[in-house]
Amino acid sequence: MYAQSLFGVIHAFVKNKAQAEDVLQEVMVKIWQKIDTYDASKGRFYTWIVNIARNAAIDKYRSKAYKKERENLSTNNFVDVIEGSYNLGKLTNAIGIKAFKEKLKPKCIKIIDLLFYKGFTHKEAAENLSIPLGTLKTRNRACINELRTLLDIK
Amino acid sequence: MSTQEYIDSGILELYVYGSLSAEEEKEVNEMMTKHPEVKKEVEAIEEAIIRLSNSASPYLPSVNYERIKQNLFKKETKVRELSKTSAMTYIGWAAAILLLIASGVLYQQYNSTQNEIQVVNQENEKLEKENTHLEEVQDSYATIMTFLSDENTEIIKLDGQENFSQAYAKAYYNKDSKEVMIDAKGLPKPPEGMVYQVWSLKLDPLTPTSVGLLEEFTDNDSKLFRVAQAPTAEAFGITLEPAGGSKTPTLEKLYTLGKV
Repeated sequence: MYAQSLFGVIHAFVKNKAQAEDVLQEVMVKIWQKIDTYDASKGRFYTWIVNIARNAAIDKYRSKAYKKERENLSTNNFVDVIEGSYNLGKLTNAIGIKAFKEKLKPKCIKIIDLLFYKGFTHKEAAENLSIPLGTLKTRNRACINELRTLLDIK
Repeated sequence: MSTQEYIDSGILELYVYGSLSAEEEKEVNEMMTKHPEVKKEVEAIEEAIIRLSNSASPYLPSVNYERIKQNLFKKETKVRELSKTSAMTYIGWAAAILLLIASGVLYQQYNSTQNEIQVVNQENEKLEKENTHLEEVQDSYATIMTFLSDENTEIIKLDGQENFSQAYAKAYYNKDSKEVMIDAKGLPKPPEGMVYQVWSLKLDPLTPTSVGLLEEFTDNDSKLFRVAQAPTAEAFGITLEPAGGSKTPTLEKLYTLGKV
């Protein structure tokens, strides 16, 4: 289900598999407990749980060092984190991260990292990349389209 | 704005990320209910994101799912177990009491340790003071030694006079620096309220100048006294004077005298 995806989001923050597993457990329990408060008319379920996961990961590692890292996050995107810690051969997914890395533009990886993984608002991300808001939106759209082509999602 | 333009604006991707404001989200929700193609687009974006993050995720062992399940299960059943068995209540109370006793004991231990620390600290302070004192003493001895061994320092024997023939003393006089030290080991302990006074004398005409008192005579174990400089000494004399000293020497109480 979603656990693997959430784990990826958490791991992008926490960067340590054992700790990320702990956070994931907390997140799962939290989702279970807060399920009544989810309002389908307000947004996607997946968006809702990703938010919970992101916040839990941020809360857990809200140390000074972490904050600093968020500021110059340019150094570390979700692909680097994975590549840094694991032998890519052990990933079991059909299209491995390696394929994404080869086919997605670095610009796209950066944008997806900021907006999706790091949970930046589009204003924050635009500022971070020093591009206008409109450009950010269209560029991000182009990146997701590229991703969809890659995954064959119409 | 047509629905296609709306889709192309890129707002739906941000919607899926969760990086829109509540207002903007509301707008997208409305668009989705009105236009099925918007909803379809959102679902496609979401799928892409989910698959990307699935791939960009370390392998999650099934053990972890078990742990999550257990955690959820535990939370559900815990309450029932406690209320069902009264044995649990007793164990709970026993544990609470034990904890209370343990904290009491620990608190006492903490207090007594604190006291010990205080005592040790006080002792430390005392030792430090003693140490400083000893260092001072050593320093002063070192100064004395330097003074005594200086080539310009002369030893002047001050012999016992008349009634005090048993008494003797020595003056160390540095003709260069004009400094004077008195060795008073050969003087008897001064009676209460009295003090020895040291005089530097010019002989012709006889002019005595006080160079200081041998204060705290009994406490000074070495009986070595540093007195004031004597610029024009031709002789040194020691008399016994009332406490505080006198302006002129009481000659009847002249204990020792010696010429430079």
